[in-house]
Amino acid sequence: MTPPTDTDRPLMSIQVKRRTIRLHALLVLAAAWVVLFGELSVATVLSGLLVGLAVMLVFPLPPLGVGLRLRPWPTLTFFARFAADLVVSSARVVAQAFALGRMPHSSVVAVPLRSRSDLVLTLTAVTVSVIPGSVIVDVRYATSTLFVHLLGVEADAVEPARRNVLSLERRLARAFGSREDIERVEQAGGAT
Amino acid sequence: MMATIADWAAVGCLLVGALLSFAAGVGLIRFPDLLSRMHTAAKPQVLGLLLILVGIGIRLAPEPRVGVLVLIALFQILTVPVASHIAARAAYRTGRIRRDLISVDELQAELDSAEAAAQPDPGPGRN
Repeated sequence: MTPPTDTDRPLMSIQVKRRTIRLHALLVLAAAWVVLFGELSVATVLSGLLVGLAVMLVFPLPPLGVGLRLRPWPTLTFFARFAADLVVSSARVVAQAFALGRMPHSSVVAVPLRSRSDLVLTLTAVTVSVIPGSVIVDVRYATSTLFVHLLGVEADAVEPARRNVLSLERRLARAFGSREDIERVEQAGGAT
Repeated sequence: MMATIADWAAVGCLLVGALLSFAAGVGLIRFPDLLSRMHTAAKPQVLGLLLILVGIGIRLAPEPRVGVLVLIALFQILTVPVASHIAARAAYRTGRIRRDLISVDELQAELDSAEAAAQPDPGPGRN
């Protein structure tokens, strides 16, 4: 991380004692605070801004990186597929929980991701974890590799499962990634 | 009429959500090792929780407090992966997993080679 200088300071930010406070992040924190109280009033908004400011001063975070965009249509595609995956794999895990007889075997699969941005890596890991039937066991940050434990996946199903995670990464990169991420993901080709 | 439909939708969401949470409990008891249990335990059926929140939301609908439900869903989805990852990682590295139930393991080879690279060469005299 390069130390922030005045030239690359993001727009919409204020400087408090060498800490950069990004205003949109502050607004999001304040909004969460107001929602938590369930009423919109001067008191909740002001206290929300104060608490948000305190949180951002005590726990500073590095900026996410440049070139990140939110593209509406791919974002919609991602959420639609996410909802479908959630339902389908929940049903599968429920079936496995009630299945009689032999216990399901599982596999730990290495998935080398193509994109190199922290955001896409994190979002992919979070999504893989939230969908039932897969848990992240380990992450190699240097090579952007996820090690995923897949419930009920045996040797013959490893490749399809790996492709599944990779196409999830592709959808995420298309929706939220930088141009470089998309290029890397598209270059790799493979199933959509 | 609309209110009746909303009520039935809420009941449906709550029931299916409760069923999924129950299935998570069953899986917790029946699955053989920690990594498998993680699939139901560490994320107490995300879909079940979401459905229950939707059910409550439909009943509360005009109230501003519905926002809290959205926050619950959001933070649940954001924090569950961290907790389950840490538990899975600790379990794997301390060997508290059932090797006989794992068909393909691509992490062990990776860990072994990393360990070999980290340790200095023992030199001649030791095999």
